[in-house]
Amino acid sequence: MALTGVLRPGHAQIRVLDMAAATKFYGDVLGLVETGRDKQGRVYYKCWDERDHNSLVLRQADQAGLDFFAFKVLDKATLEKFDADLKAYGLKTERIPAGDMLETGERVRFELPSGHLIELYAEKTQVGNGLPNLNPPPWDLKNSERGIAPVRMDHCLMYGPNIDQNKKIFMEVLGFYLVERVFMPKGGPAGEAAIWLSCGHKSHDVAFVVHEQPGKLHHVSFWLNSWEKTLRAGDIMSMNEVPIDIGPTRHGITRGETIYAFDPSGNRFETFAGGYQPYPDWIPTDWEFESLGPGLDYPQRKLHESFLTVLT
Amino acid sequence: MYQVMLEETGESFQCNEAESALKALARSGKRGIPVGCRGGGCGVCKVKVVSGEYSQTVMSRAHVSKEDEANREVLACCIYPRSNLLLRVIGKLQHVVRR
Ligand code: FES
Ligand SMILES: [Fe+2]
Repeated sequence: MALTGVLRPGHAQIRVLDMAAATKFYGDVLGLVETGRDKQGRVYYKCWDERDHNSLVLRQADQAGLDFFAFKVLDKATLEKFDADLKAYGLKTERIPAGDMLETGERVRFELPSGHLIELYAEKTQVGNGLPNLNPPPWDLKNSERGIAPVRMDHCLMYGPNIDQNKKIFMEVLGFYLVERVFMPKGGPAGEAAIWLSCGHKSHDVAFVVHEQPGKLHHVSFWLNSWEKTLRAGDIMSMNEVPIDIGPTRHGITRGETIYAFDPSGNRFETFAGGYQPYPDWIPTDWEFESLGPGLDYPQRKLHESFLTVLT
Repeated sequence: MYQVMLEETGESFQCNEAESALKALARSGKRGIPVGCRGGGCGVCKVKVVSGEYSQTVMSRAHVSKEDEANREVLACCIYPRSNLLLRVIGKLQHVVRR
């Protein structure tokens, strides 16, 4: 598959209540690589095997949650085209100048009907993954095994209203396709209660669940290469008394192996492995709301109350 | 070790100075306060401290205003007892899918 248009999730900026506690967690426990701090006091991280300068940015604030979630697009011409297409679709866009975020080019920002800020950008300095480019070993002792050490920032699940309108924007303007969905409860209004969208060959790059309050974060997810690594992540979380929400278990939806847990400010994150590789021509997989239990936690078949209620 | 009591149920559990009231509740195996993020971010564990002294860590302003704080309406995952405590649960889990 030729990957053009939107390439992948690029960065998430998360609000934290206590930067010292947050950096200890994201740096030492999750084991991300710190790549910089800016004049505003924001702290930048990447996962060890990511090439670009940053994929997670922390900002100290008086409430937790997600400032914005961004996708990297192929090149500057693609960025210009998406900006024009978003405007033609009827959305307002804003340009954030290059350099506002460290080592990051100009960003095009717009607000989704669900109240979330989404950004697109084409340029971010490639700092590499710490391995030589010529004849590299498969991993290194410095960062690949330090803490949980996820491979990449993988996707984001956001909660808010109007996810049907979000879906149209992602599919009709940004070229995503629908991989899986959950229908609304029977006996109520028709429609989708949750959607999983992909811009490439992953089970999802972004997902939405319908919720009354706009702009809510459910989780930012970090990719691990195996179920074994997921169990290892669970052990490291417990050693460090990281509050776990759900798992280790397997989602029915996307089939991914997962742990949901919380950072010290209460923002949920996920460590995620497995799943499957869909193609854009596939018919989406459907779930009834009444089967959200196994969709969320396949072995336990349990609709954990926190899934629909605990958000930042 | 202090005693923390929930007003509605009369349920009580032990809590030391170094653990949050919510963590102690979970450790005791008892129920009564919704357990969410345990980091002061999600707001589901909100309680009113009816009586007793406590220290606190930072809580999201989205869920605890300055007035709430002055009124001893705080997040159970962010308070640490300095005496026996009596708590009234005020946090509620919100329904999200319109039915
Ligand atoms: S459990 Fe989330 S604020 Fe206490
Ligand atoms: Fe996820």
